[in-house]
Amino acid sequence: MAEPFDTAPAARHDHVVDNPWRKLRAFTDARIGLGRAGISLPTARLLEFQLAHAQARDAVHLPLDVETLCDALADPPTPWPRGAPVRLHSQAADRITYLQRPDYGRRLDDDARAALSEAASGNGYDLAVVVVDGLSSHAVASHAAPFIRAMAAELAADSDHDWRVAPLTVVEQGRVAIGDEVGEILGADCVVVLIGERPGLSSPDSLGLYLTWAPRVGVTDEKRNCISNVRPAGLGMADAARRLFYLLGAARRDRASGVTLKDRSDDAVLDHDTDQTNFLTR
Amino acid sequence: MSNYRYTLGDRTWRFSGLAEVMAKATPARSGDRLAGVIAETAEERVVAQMVLAELPLKTFLEDLLIPYEADEITRLIVDSHDTQAFAPIAHLTVGDFRNWLLSDDTTAEVIAAVRPGITPEMAAAVAKIMRNQDLILVARKCRVITAFRSTIGKPGHLSTRLQPNHPTDDPTGIAASILDGLLYGNGDAVIGINPATDNVAQSIRLMQMLDEVIHKYDIPTQSCVLTHVTNTREAIEAGAPVDLVFQSIGGTEATNTSFGFGLNDLAETRDAALALERGTVGNNVMYFETGQGSSLSAGAHHGLDQQTCEARAYGVARHFDPLLVNTVVGFIGPEYLYDGKEIIRAGLEDHFCGKLLGVPMGCDVCYTNHAEADQNDMDTLLTLLGVAGVNFVMGIPGSDDIMLNYQTTSFHDALYARRALDLAPAPEFGDWLSRAGIFTDGADYRLAETLPKAFAQSLDQLPEGADHG
Repeated sequence: MAEPFDTAPAARHDHVVDNPWRKLRAFTDARIGLGRAGISLPTARLLEFQLAHAQARDAVHLPLDVETLCDALADPPTPWPRGAPVRLHSQAADRITYLQRPDYGRRLDDDARAALSEAASGNGYDLAVVVVDGLSSHAVASHAAPFIRAMAAELAADSDHDWRVAPLTVVEQGRVAIGDEVGEILGADCVVVLIGERPGLSSPDSLGLYLTWAPRVGVTDEKRNCISNVRPAGLGMADAARRLFYLLGAARRDRASGVTLKDRSDDAVLDHDTDQTNFLTR
Repeated sequence: MSNYRYTLGDRTWRFSGLAEVMAKATPARSGDRLAGVIAETAEERVVAQMVLAELPLKTFLEDLLIPYEADEITRLIVDSHDTQAFAPIAHLTVGDFRNWLLSDDTTAEVIAAVRPGITPEMAAAVAKIMRNQDLILVARKCRVITAFRSTIGKPGHLSTRLQPNHPTDDPTGIAASILDGLLYGNGDAVIGINPATDNVAQSIRLMQMLDEVIHKYDIPTQSCVLTHVTNTREAIEAGAPVDLVFQSIGGTEATNTSFGFGLNDLAETRDAALALERGTVGNNVMYFETGQGSSLSAGAHHGLDQQTCEARAYGVARHFDPLLVNTVVGFIGPEYLYDGKEIIRAGLEDHFCGKLLGVPMGCDVCYTNHAEADQNDMDTLLTLLGVAGVNFVMGIPGSDDIMLNYQTTSFHDALYARRALDLAPAPEFGDWLSRAGIFTDGADYRLAETLPKAFAQSLDQLPEGADHG
C-alpha cells in the first residue's frame, strides 16, 4: 500500500517545491507532478524537456544514413530477392522543401523512376515493401531492418501462399503516398510503406506501416490501412509483423484495403470495461 | 475586374480579382505558397496591400469571394449582415477602417455596436494591413464575455482549458492529469478531453467521469468531450451529462462537409444542449475549434488564402453564441505555417479577427516537432496574446500532449502569464481555488504548499502499483 498522502507542507529543497502526487506517473506517461521553482519549471525538468525536443528535432532533420541502412538490408531474408535495395528519391530536393511541399514528397524524381523500371521484373509481384525516411530518420534507421526480419519470418512461415516479393526499395524525402508510384511501376498487387512518423516528444522513433492494395498514383488515404507507433516502447516488431501479416492476408482475400478491411481486423483498442473507476471519484 | 490595379511609378500592377488581392496582400506563409496564391515578390505583396487599403468596405458585400448559391456560409454571412449597424463605417475603405479601429474615439462599446455590420471578409482584409501591435491593441478593446458555470473573458482575466488527454483514454491516467491541472490552478474555461477512440459509447464514459469530478469537488467549470457533433447529439439523446457541444469548423461549406456536418447539425445539437439547462451563470453551450489551413487541407479553399477562410469560420462560430472558440494555430504543421514567426503572426490575426467579430477567442499556442518552432516562440505568442486579452489558452502537463503528439502551453505556463501580466482566473473558479486551498490568499498567484485535504483523501484511494513509479 502507498503511504497516506498528508496535508503537511510539501518537501522543498534548493528552492524547488516537489509534488507528492508525482507517484501517479506509474499510471501515465504525461508529465505530471513536475514540481516548481516559484510557479516555473524546476531546472532539471526544463532540461529534460529540452532534451526530448532536441531528440525529436534531430529525428526530423538528421538525414537518413542511406548507405548504412542499405548495408544492413544488403542481403535481405527470404522471400525477398537477393541483392541490395533500390535507392530512390522523391521530387523534394531537400528537407526544407520536403516540409513545405507534401506534394513533392509523394512523387518520385526522374532518376528514381528510371532506376525502378529497370529493377522491375515485368512479371509483377504479390508485395512490394518500400522503406521511406518520412519525418523520423531515427525510426527508420533503428527499426526498418529488424521489422523486415520479423516480417520475413511471418511470410516464410505461410503454408498457404508462396509470396512473390519485389526487390526492397529505400526512398529519401518521401511521404506515404510515394509507395503508390513505387508499387505501380513494380507491378505489385499490394504495397507496404515503412515510414518514420512525425516524432512526439516522448516517442521520437515511431515507425508507421501503411498497406495499400492495388497501388497507383492518386490513391486516397481511405484506401489504406495503418499500423502506427511501431517501436520497442510501443508496438514491438514481432507484434507489428503479425498484425501486418493478418492485414495482408485479408487484403489478398478481399482484393481491397482501407476502411472496409479495417472494420473487421482491428483489435479492440479499448478494454477498460471492467474498471471504469478512478481515484478522483472512487 | 479591372478595378484591382495599382500604378507605382511607371509600372501598373494588375490583379485578376478580389480573391487575388486578398491572397497576395497576406503576410507570407507556407500554406498560401502551397496553394499557389501567395504574392510572387515582396513588392507585389505591399502593392496588393495598397490596393486593398483603397477598397471600400462595401466591396465585400458586393463582390462575394465564394458565390452565394455555392456556399451556405456565404449565405449565412450575407443574410445576417446588419445594414443599420454597418452604417457608421459604410463609407470607409479598408485603410480607413484600420485608422477607425485604432482611433481614440472607437471604444469597446462603439465596436460592439458596429459589430453586426462587420463581415468576416472585412475583418480578414483589415488584418492583412495591420502590424502585430495593431492586432494586439484593437483586440484588447474588443471584449467578448461568455458564461456557463464560470464567466470567461472579463478584462484582466485569463482562463485555461485543462486538457487531460491519454493515448488509450485510461481513466486513472486521465484522472492523474486532471488532478495535476487542478492543483496548478488550471481548468476554469473547460476540462476538455480529446478522446483517443472517437465513438459514442466511449464519449459517454468520459462525459460521465468528468461530470463526477466536477460535482464531487464542486468545481465551477464545465466539461467537454471533443467528439463529432453528431456523436454528442446521440450522447444527449442517451441521457449523457453534456455541458458543451464540440465541433471543428472551417470557413467554407465544403470544408465542413469534409468534416461531416452542416450548419443545421450545429443548430440542432445546440438546441438539444440548451434544453438540458446545465449552466449556472450562463448558457453558452458551444465549443468550436478552428485553424488556418484546414480548408486547403480539405481541398475546399476555393482559391482563397488561408487567413480569409479562417475568418469566415468565425462567421460560423458567432452565429451559435459559443462559450469558447479555439484557434489551434500551430497544430496543422509546417506546410501551412512554417515557423515560429508565421505561427505567431497567425495566432495574433486569428485572435484579432475573432474578437472583432464578437467571438470568445482562445488560442492553442502550439507547435509540432516538424515545425521550425520551439518553447521560446510559444512563450512569445503566449505573452503577446495575454497582452491582447485572449480569453483562454490550453493547459497540459509539461506542455507534452502524449495522445496528439504536439506541444501546447503547460499548467506552469498559465501561471507564468497570470504572474507576468496580472491575469486572474474566472471569478467563480478563482473563489473555488482559494476555498479548496489550492491558491493561498496572498497576492501574486501563489500556490499553497500543502496538499488540499479533499485531494489528499482521493490520492489515498490510489490503486495498487502506485509505489512502483
